[in-house]
Amino acid sequence: MSELLSRRALLRRTALGAAALLALEACGSGPRGPGAARALDIWVWQDAADSVQQAAVDRFNAAGAGRARLNRVPGDGYEDKLRVAMGSSRAPDVFFNWGGASVKEYADAGKLLDLTPVLRANAAFRRSFLPSVLQAGMVGDKYVGIPMRGTQPVLLFLNEAVFADAGVRPPRTWDDLLALVGTFTERGVTPFALAGANAWAELMWLEYLVDRFGGPGVFERVKNGDVRGWHDPAVLRAAQAVEDLLDRGAFGNSFSAVSYNAGGASALLSRGRAAMQLMGSWEYANQLAADPAFARDGLGWTTFPAVPDGRGDPEAVVGNPNNFWSVSADVRDRATAIAFLKTAAEDAYAEDLVARGAVPTTTDAAALLDRSADPAFARFQYDLVEQAPTFTVSWDQALPSAQATAMLTAVQKLFAGQVRPAEFVDALTALPRG
Amino acid sequence: MLWAVPALLFFAVFALAPLGIVAYLSFTSWDGLGAPTWVGGANWSRLLADRDLRDAAWHSLVLTVATWAFQTPVALLLGVWSAGRQRSRAVVSAVFLLPLLLSSAAVALVWKSLLDPNFGLVAELAPRLGFDDASWFSTPEGALTAVLFVLGWQFIPLHALLYQGGARQVPDVLHQAAAMDGAGTARRFWSITLPQLRNTVVASSVLMVVGSLTFFDTVLILTAGGPGTATTIVPLVAYRTGFEGFEMGYASAIAFALVLVATGISLLLVRVTGFGRMHSTREGL
Repeated sequence: MSELLSRRALLRRTALGAAALLALEACGSGPRGPGAARALDIWVWQDAADSVQQAAVDRFNAAGAGRARLNRVPGDGYEDKLRVAMGSSRAPDVFFNWGGASVKEYADAGKLLDLTPVLRANAAFRRSFLPSVLQAGMVGDKYVGIPMRGTQPVLLFLNEAVFADAGVRPPRTWDDLLALVGTFTERGVTPFALAGANAWAELMWLEYLVDRFGGPGVFERVKNGDVRGWHDPAVLRAAQAVEDLLDRGAFGNSFSAVSYNAGGASALLSRGRAAMQLMGSWEYANQLAADPAFARDGLGWTTFPAVPDGRGDPEAVVGNPNNFWSVSADVRDRATAIAFLKTAAEDAYAEDLVARGAVPTTTDAAALLDRSADPAFARFQYDLVEQAPTFTVSWDQALPSAQATAMLTAVQKLFAGQVRPAEFVDALTALPRG
Repeated sequence: MLWAVPALLFFAVFALAPLGIVAYLSFTSWDGLGAPTWVGGANWSRLLADRDLRDAAWHSLVLTVATWAFQTPVALLLGVWSAGRQRSRAVVSAVFLLPLLLSSAAVALVWKSLLDPNFGLVAELAPRLGFDDASWFSTPEGALTAVLFVLGWQFIPLHALLYQGGARQVPDVLHQAAAMDGAGTARRFWSITLPQLRNTVVASSVLMVVGSLTFFDTVLILTAGGPGTATTIVPLVAYRTGFEGFEMGYASAIAFALVLVATGISLLLVRVTGFGRMHSTREGL
């Protein structure tokens, strides 16, 4: 990721800048009269991959069907800024989100435009997306999101040079993984880079471990509102596995100060100070932006290993099916907004995504994969997601925000050694209902 | 009376009105969308039972006491020294006061990158100083010390400035008389300067204590409350609850409780120390 400043500080400046822009725009829109449409206000999460959305906006404006402006919102403050805007009369017209559960509160409050009629009226548009991914953008029986980035399974990334130096191979089983932890710690290399300053990065370990130990049903139960689901033995075993990894020094001893958004964890991996990192597939795009040579030649990847006596399928994945565009219910110019959504189904858009190492969730994406920044990586992701029996959505995106926030605090305490696994499970069952 | 109207209006709109709204919100459940729903004292009873909040209150207390104990002596000595007439005093004082010109966010960002245990200056220095690595900064004690240090670096200049002003008010004749009686520098500091600065100490302490209870940006940027929740303080919990969990009602209850506690403590400090009945300490002169 390019920016090394705190996103929070940037956010503050952006917020001021945005306020100033709005003020200017308010002044500017007067003379053009009521007939002149305001530019479509589009919010996207700011990162190395947002150039794809910028290019889409540029093409949209050049085509003359309407006017749009992309607002790149720094990631650390994205959700709170969005919430404040959605609660006001200044909601963005179109905004980036994580689909289904992440926008459920907005949908329940009547803040989202129901896209079902649009998709129903336009079969070609609907058919251009994989049905399962389009479904992840639903709340209840309504479509409220259009897939707009690549699919984002969480993968085990590795530094191939570090593996070659140690003469070892990527782990296939949990025992392999534990053996590698021993090998790398002896060689003075941190086995896993972990962005411990971001609880969601720690959460990925628990998401996979619970899935491997107990299958997708464990979290499914919790997601459906049954907090007793946390008492499933798989959750305790997962927390114990994390504690075991911590005791073995698998994450080094200064991971709590490592931030993903500031590029710390990725730099540890690319510089060979860490051997592996469990991260969403967007890691590739970030490595490509920060250290292109490493992304092309030194970055390896594999799936999360199987665990002993695990009931989960080792081919199952966790992560984010995709990101989505949603349209605010009080969008000023509905036709322009819908015209813009259709850019997400265009070939040029999918090609841009592919060139960034992403795997689009459009139906004809497979044909584009050879044009990827790294065809092998694109093919790997595509096959992984296609063959996965289940794709569990990141817990913090699947739970109501009040529960997710409290859960992330519990996760951070577990990784900091402040609570034992049993206390961690107790903390989860006591999450606020929101 | 008329002259006070602009100030009063400003205070009413930007301080009293938000305070009133927060007080109201603390009795509601509100996710930031739609209208708040009245829930009575539910947020307040949850607040009393919240263990994470109790931990955060303890961290706030530790940070407040440690901030006072660290900043007061340093600022006092620095202020008294800079009130003198030594060679190059003005230049050195100007350098000391430099952090006052920087914004908290900038200060926190700079120190965060210097203290980064993997990529910061400390990562370079630690091996040369005989340590294995700089991971000490990611222990609970290390993180708290880092926060204390950075806050000190940022705020000591302000308090030093207060003490400088105070020390300059001390009449020279007192020092001259004491010197004539044979008192050395140390003796004059303890017997003249310090007692004369009594009110400055109180003013500076109230600022420090109330400021420490409401620290936010530095901690958020520097440690984000980590490792784990080791440096999570009350304002950070209010922020997380409100703007990450979107429980605006409960967050308002936490924030309002903090206002009550901070106001109570500052009133107590003023009462106990007699700041409210401030009188000249130079009687008989």
